[in-house]
Formats: sequence, structure tokens, C-alpha cells
Amino acid sequence: MPKGKTVISMREITKVYNVGGEEVRALDGASLEICEGEFVSIIGPSGSGKSTLMNIMGCLDIADSGEYILDGQSIESYSEEELAKIRNKKIGFVFQNFNLLPRMTALGNVELPLIYQHIPAVQRKEKAKAALQKVGLLSRSEHKPLELSGGQQQRVAIARALATDPSILLADEPTGNLDSKTGEDIMRLFHELHRAGHTIVFITHNDDIAKQAQRCIRIMDGRVTEVSK
Amino acid sequence: MIVQSVKMAWEAIASNKMRSFLTMLGIIIGVVSLVVMVSLVNGATGAVTSEITSLGNDMLSVSVSDDKGVPLRLEDIKTLAQDEAIAQAAPSSMMQAAAKHGYSDAFVSVYGTTPAYYDINGLILAKGRFLKTVDVDNASYVAVLSHEAAEKLFDEDNALGKNFTVSGRNFIVVGVLEESDSMLSSMMSGTAIYVPYTVESRMASQPYITSLCVSAASDTDEAEKAVKDFLLARFSQDDEAFSIINISSVSDAMSTVTDTLSLLLGGVAAISLLVGGIGIMNIMLVSVTERTKEIGIRKAIGAGTKSILMQFLIEAIMVSLIGCVIGLIASWGILELVSVIAETISFKMSLGVVALAVGFSSAIGLIFGLYPANKAAKKHPIEALRYGG
Repeated sequence: MPKGKTVISMREITKVYNVGGEEVRALDGASLEICEGEFVSIIGPSGSGKSTLMNIMGCLDIADSGEYILDGQSIESYSEEELAKIRNKKIGFVFQNFNLLPRMTALGNVELPLIYQHIPAVQRKEKAKAALQKVGLLSRSEHKPLELSGGQQQRVAIARALATDPSILLADEPTGNLDSKTGEDIMRLFHELHRAGHTIVFITHNDDIAKQAQRCIRIMDGRVTEVSK
Repeated sequence: MIVQSVKMAWEAIASNKMRSFLTMLGIIIGVVSLVVMVSLVNGATGAVTSEITSLGNDMLSVSVSDDKGVPLRLEDIKTLAQDEAIAQAAPSSMMQAAAKHGYSDAFVSVYGTTPAYYDINGLILAKGRFLKTVDVDNASYVAVLSHEAAEKLFDEDNALGKNFTVSGRNFIVVGVLEESDSMLSSMMSGTAIYVPYTVESRMASQPYITSLCVSAASDTDEAEKAVKDFLLARFSQDDEAFSIINISSVSDAMSTVTDTLSLLLGGVAAISLLVGGIGIMNIMLVSVTERTKEIGIRKAIGAGTKSILMQFLIEAIMVSLIGCVIGLIASWGILELVSVIAETISFKMSLGVVALAVGFSSAIGLIFGLYPANKAAKKHPIEALRYGG
């Protein structure tokens, strides 16, 4: 597959937490690059700093030092309001525990990021329905999350991430809360989305799942090492 | 965005109806006490003011206690009435006496006066005529009866032209007044009969005028000044020799008192609204903590601080305003009920007090929603996402 333009470029990213008066270097000079259309997995044991990497990559947090360029835009010293806008437009999050709003229907949940883009209602509904169609759940659009199975909930979450047509899909252990068969279904969906041209980064501690990706990035003690397939 | 925030706020309120209602209860009680108290005071004020006005709002009532050897006579009253600040003036001497007709008798107030009295006091005839100048000049034994007096002495329908006696003198009824619908004025006039001044003065052996009533040409204060100047000049500048009661100044004083009263009661009610506001803040703080996860999710998918702030602020204002509307409806019901019970007085919500309640409620929602909403907006997305549950 020909390499597209660079979507994510991280150079010497460092993040230090202060836990109980002790300095913890969650990320210690991490560097990596992810190109458009790539399917990348990030693997590492717990405490390796992969959540921190994911938070910074998803613009939920800002690095202490280093350079992070997302889709040609340098992410640094932005205000909370500006970061929210970037998250809204460029990032599609998929969480381990789905993180759907229980009071809203599946369609409502998928619409939510579009609401924050101030898209008019009619257009919003269309886009949300198109996203649900992509994950094969259009027939369940009026169901509330608790009326859906785990796999279906995760599909709704993926539809929500896709609705804004983001630069990158960021999945944090997307199969972690699912049984193995449903997990496989979700992975199959990710492969489909990848084939459709989406850039996907997902974090896992499961080697077998990580190996399904095109490229595997290993993280250990805050440092990044590339692993060829 | 506002429309979406309103929708989100409504969903949040509707998802926990009992709690939302209990939160609103503080505002409901506050609004009800504000609206009902102010409306009751206003209604009572209106009733009392119209009672006072029915006594003759442009009327001055004068009584002379010390005539300094230069007592007032009918001619002096005529002179006084010449003043351009004064429309009319009439003596209003009064004596108590027993009236008799056949076997029925009544204790009546006999007013000796002139035709001008009719206009000054705003009397209304039911039938017959009022006193005429010739009656006064000739000291005729004619009388005009109040509705109550006519009822007591005669069969109401055919009092006209009949005779009755007061202190052994024979009077003929020439007119009957209409029944007064004002409580206060019917209490004041009661079983009154009106006879020519000259007749009453002879019966009471009081040849001088000690009390009179005056109506103002336009401004009662000017009229009061004219009467005062006239009497001061007459009674060697002694302002203790007479007293003037200005009905309009009585009603002015009355309205000052009731304004203060409604301000006071409104203030007390406003405090209960304030307490309601604190209730809203309390519940909103709980709600923000409970919905930490939701806030985290919203932030992760792109809700900015402003959107979150707006959402919670609108929720607080909405709770407050819904409470306000319920309160207004309840107040309306209470006032209707009170009006039915009170019969004569009708209590209505004025537009002003409704506007006050709505304005106050939104202000309270805004002020007490600001802190919880700000707390929600300031939550860090990562920590909020990690929040248990």
C-alpha cells in the first residue's frame, strides 16, 4: 500500500506525572509517525504509558515537552476550548467500556459529536444514520444502549467516532470488554473500515489482536519501539 | 446551540422527575408566596381605596370647634363657595333623633344641609328629588331618606309622599336615595335622613354652622388651602379653632401604608425564593458529580467548556422557570379561591407581579446555576472519563 501523507507525527514527547511527591515519567522521549490510511496497533503492558500516549494523541492531554503534529497542525499550549474543537473535528474515540450516554438512543449518541459542530438537525440525522449504516446497526437506531448487546454498543460507539469523519480513529482496548467472538466481529469491522480508507490506531495489551494490524508499535517504560510484523 | 442545550436540559430534568419536582418545590413555594401576598395586599388596597373614594375623593370635611364669637352662617358658606378653588360648599350639621311612622320607629341621623350636599357627597337618588333651595329658604318640613332609613320606617316601595315625625315634628318624604353598594359609605351614612339646614338648625337649637363639607374645583390641596385661608382669616389666625379632613390625603396615606406593606411581604417572599435557589444549587452540585462520566464523554467527543457550562446553566434556569410557571398557576388558583371566599373583593395577579416572579426566578436560576455549571465545565476530560461507573 502506498504511503499517504503523515497524519500523526510525534517527536521526543515527554509527560511527567507527580504521584505522591514522586516523579513518574509516563512518556520519556516517545517518537512515532502514522500515515494516512494506516492501521496501527500500540501494544504494551499496563503502566507502560500507552494510556498517556493515547490521551496525548487524542488531544485529551498536552505533552510536557516534545512536538506533536496532528494532521499538519501543531498541538501545543492550546486552551481547553480549542482542544475540544480539535477532538471534535479530527479524532474519533472508541473506548473499552463504550462510553455511550445511557439516556439517549443509539442515533442520539451518534449525533452528539455533530451537535457540537453546530450542524443543522436534518443534515445531522443523515450523517448519523450513514454512520450507523456503516456499522450495520441502522435498524437499532431508536434503541437505548442498555437495550443493545455489548458488541452492538461498541458498534454504536464506532459509529459515533465515524460520524464526524475524523482524520483518525483512536481505539482504546476496543475489544477488552467483549467476549472473544464479539471481539473478532469488532476487529473485522475495523478491518473493513481500514479497507474503506480510514486511519486507525488502536491500543491493546493482547499480542494476537495487535498482530492483526499492519504495523505494531510497542511501548515500554515510556519509550517507543517499532515492531515489524 | 441554545435549542440543543434546552433539549438536553429538558431530557435531564425529565429523566428524574421526582427529584426535579422536589428541587422546583422551593421555587414554587417562593413564587406562590410572592405572588399571593403581593396580590392580596394589592386587592385589599384596591378595595379600601375605592371605599375611601366612594366617600368623595375630592371632598373636604371641615369642623369648627371654637368660633371666636364670629360663628359661621349660611351666608358665609355661600361666600366660601365663591372661591375659584372650590366647587361647592354645604353645611353638614348632624343630630341624632328618633323617627316615627305609625308603629315603626328608627333611630336616625338627621343631617341639616343645602342642595349642594348632594353633589359634594356623590349621593344618588332612587326616586323623588333632593332638597331644593326653596326648602332651605322656607324651612320646609321635607326630608330625603337614605335607603336604610326608608326601609326601617316604611315599606320601601311607597315611602315617597308619606309623613313621619322626628322629635314631634311632621316631615314629608320627597326623595329616597339608592342603596349604597360601598360598605364603608353605607356604614357612615347609615340610617340618615336629610332635611333643610334651616329646619335642622332650629330643631337642634344650633343657629351656627359647626361642620361643613366642601368639594374642590380641581385640586383638593388647593381647595384645602383656600378653606384654611378663609377660616384662618375668620378665626384670628388660630388654626386650632377648626380642623379639615382631606379624604384624598387619607387615601394617599393609605396607599403609602399598603405600598410599604406589599414591599415588606414581597421581601419576605423573595427570601423564600432565595432559599429555593439554594436548593437548586444543592441539587445541581449533586447532579454534576453524578454525571461526571457523562461530562467526560461529552468532552472527549468535542464538547467545549462553553457547551458544558451552557448545558448545566440552562438546566438550572429551566428548573427555576418551570417551578415559576407551576407557582404562577397555583397562585392563580389560590387567588381565585380567595376571591370566591371574600365575595366583595376580587384578587387578581397583576402583570407586574407576574413579570417580577418570572424575572426573579430566572435570575435565581442563573445565579445559583452558575457555580455548579462552572464546576461541570472545568472538569478535566481524562479524570471525568475515569470516574467510577
